[in-house]
Amino acid sequence: MKHIMAVIKPFKLDDVREALVALGVQGLTVTEVKGYGRQKGHTEIYRGTEYAVNFLPKLRIDVVVADELADQVIDTITNVARTGQIGDGKIFSYPVEKAVRIRTGESGAEAL
Amino acid sequence: MTRSNFLSTAGLAGLAVAAAALPALAQDAGAAATTVPADSAYVFNTFSFLVTGFLVMWMAAGFAMLEAGMVRTKNVAMQCTKNIALYSIAGLMFWVIGYNLMYDGVDGGYLGTFTPKAIPAPGSDTGDYAAASDWFFQMVFCATAASIVSGTLAERIRLWPFLIFTAVLCGVIYPIQGAWQWGGGWLSEAGFSDFAGSTIVHSTGGWAALTGAVILGSRAGKYGSGGIVNPMPGSSMPLATLGTFILWLGWFGFNGGSQLALGSVEDASSIARIFVNTNLAAAAGVVAALILTQVVYGKVDLTMALNGALAGLVSITAEPLMPDPIWAIMIGGIGGAIVVFAVPLLDRLRIDDVVGAIPVHLLAGIWGTIAVPLTNDGTSFATQLLGIAAIGLFVSVVSGVLWLAMKATIGIRVSAEEEFDGLDKSELGMEAYPEFGQGTQRV
Repeated sequence: MKHIMAVIKPFKLDDVREALVALGVQGLTVTEVKGYGRQKGHTEIYRGTEYAVNFLPKLRIDVVVADELADQVIDTITNVARTGQIGDGKIFSYPVEKAVRIRTGESGAEAL
Repeated sequence: MTRSNFLSTAGLAGLAVAAAALPALAQDAGAAATTVPADSAYVFNTFSFLVTGFLVMWMAAGFAMLEAGMVRTKNVAMQCTKNIALYSIAGLMFWVIGYNLMYDGVDGGYLGTFTPKAIPAPGSDTGDYAAASDWFFQMVFCATAASIVSGTLAERIRLWPFLIFTAVLCGVIYPIQGAWQWGGGWLSEAGFSDFAGSTIVHSTGGWAALTGAVILGSRAGKYGSGGIVNPMPGSSMPLATLGTFILWLGWFGFNGGSQLALGSVEDASSIARIFVNTNLAAAAGVVAALILTQVVYGKVDLTMALNGALAGLVSITAEPLMPDPIWAIMIGGIGGAIVVFAVPLLDRLRIDDVVGAIPVHLLAGIWGTIAVPLTNDGTSFATQLLGIAAIGLFVSVVSGVLWLAMKATIGIRVSAEEEFDGLDKSELGMEAYPEFGQGTQRV
C-alpha cells in the first residue's frame, strides 16, 4: 500500500476527486493548508504599500491505495491538477506499513 | 434647539409671513386656509426633497450591507466596491445627461435632452422648490435602480464591465423609460400610474438584472446535473439584516418624498399616510414570509423574511397613498408571498440570483404596479399592463444588447480559478476579513 500526499490548488479539488473516484479510489482526506514553493508567494498592494503574501492557500489530499494503483493515482492527479501556472503543487508517496478499518477490524488491502 | 422649539419658531415665522400676505390672499380665503404662503411652500417642498432624498441615499448603504451579508466572504470587498462605485457613477451620470434626458422638454414624447442639468446660482432659483433639490431627489432614485443589478450578478462578474453597464443604465436606459412617465411622456399621457417607482425604479433594475443573470450565467457549482441546486450561504446574517432595516428606513423617504410637495396641510397629511402604508406593507411582507417558510419548509428562513420586507416595500411603492391599512397589508403580504415561491422557482430555471433581487424588485414590482387600480380609481389594469410591458421590453432589450456586446468584446465574467479564489483576491487584490479563515494575516 502506498500513501500518496498531494498539495494542489484549491479550485482543482472537485476535478481531482472525480478523477480519483473514476479510478476506483474509495476514500480520501482533505486538509486546508498554506504553503509556498520556489516562487515564494506574491505581493499585493494595500493603500499604496506593497506587502508580501508568502503563504498561499492550498489543499492537501491524503489517499492510501494498493501498490498497483499508486502510479495511476499519481499520474491522474498530476494531469488533472495541472494548470501550467506557478503554484500547481507537488505529490509525494510513502510506503504504508499497516492499514485498519476501525468499524470491522479488517486490515491490509481490504481496509482501503 | 429641541424639536418643539424648532417647530414653534417655524410656525411663528410662517404666521408672520401669512399675516403680511393676507390682503393679497383675501379672495382665496378658503384655499389659503389649507396652504402656506408661497415662500413657505417653497421652503417646505425643498426641505421635503432634500430630507427624503438623503433617506433614499441611505438606501445605498442598505443595499451594500445586504449584499455584503449575502455573498461569501471571498467576495465581500468586491460587493462593497461595486456598491459605492455604482452610487457614485449614478450621481455623476444623472447629472451629466440623466436628469435632462428624463425631464427636460419631454412633452408627451419619448425623450428629454442630452444635456447636463443646470444648477441655478445661489439666489436665482424660481418655481415652487429649489431646482437642485429636485435633481438630488431624482438622482438617488436612479442610483437605487442601479444597485438592484449588483446583487443579482454578484460573485462572478468583472468589476469594470459591471460599472460600464451601470453608467449606461444611469445615463440612458433609466432616464429614457423614466421620461415616458415621470418626465411627462407618452405613458403618463396614456394614464399609467407609478407613484414612487415599482416599475420605473424597481422593475427597471429587475429587468436589467434578469437579462444580466441569463447572459452572465450562474455561479460555478451552483447548479448540478439532474436539477441539483447547491446553496451558497451568505457570509453575514447580521449585515444582511442591518442592510434590510436600513433599506426599510430609507423607503420612508422613497415613498414619502414621492408626494413631491410638503407645502400644504394636504401634502403633510398625505406623506403621513404614505409612511403608515409603507410600514404596514413591509411588515406584512415579513410576516407572510415567516409564516410561509415555516409552513412550506418547516423552519423560518431569515433571508426570506428579509426579502419579504423588501418585497412588501416594493409592492406598495406603486401606490402608497390611496390604500387603506387593510389594502396596504394585503398588497405587502402578497409581495412577501411572491418572494417565497419565486426564489426556488428561479433556481429551478437555473437563473442564479445571489440576493433574490429579481423576485423582490422585478416580480413584486410588477405586482405592485398591477395592484394600483385596486385602490386608485383613476387608473386601469390595461394601462398598468401597458406600462409594465413597454418598460419591460425596452429595458430588457437594451440591457440585453449591452450585456451581449460586452460579453463578446471585453468579456463580463472572471475565469473559473478567479471565481473560485474569490473576486476580492482576483479583481481587487484585497481581503474583506484578512485575519479570518484563509486570510493572509492569519498565518
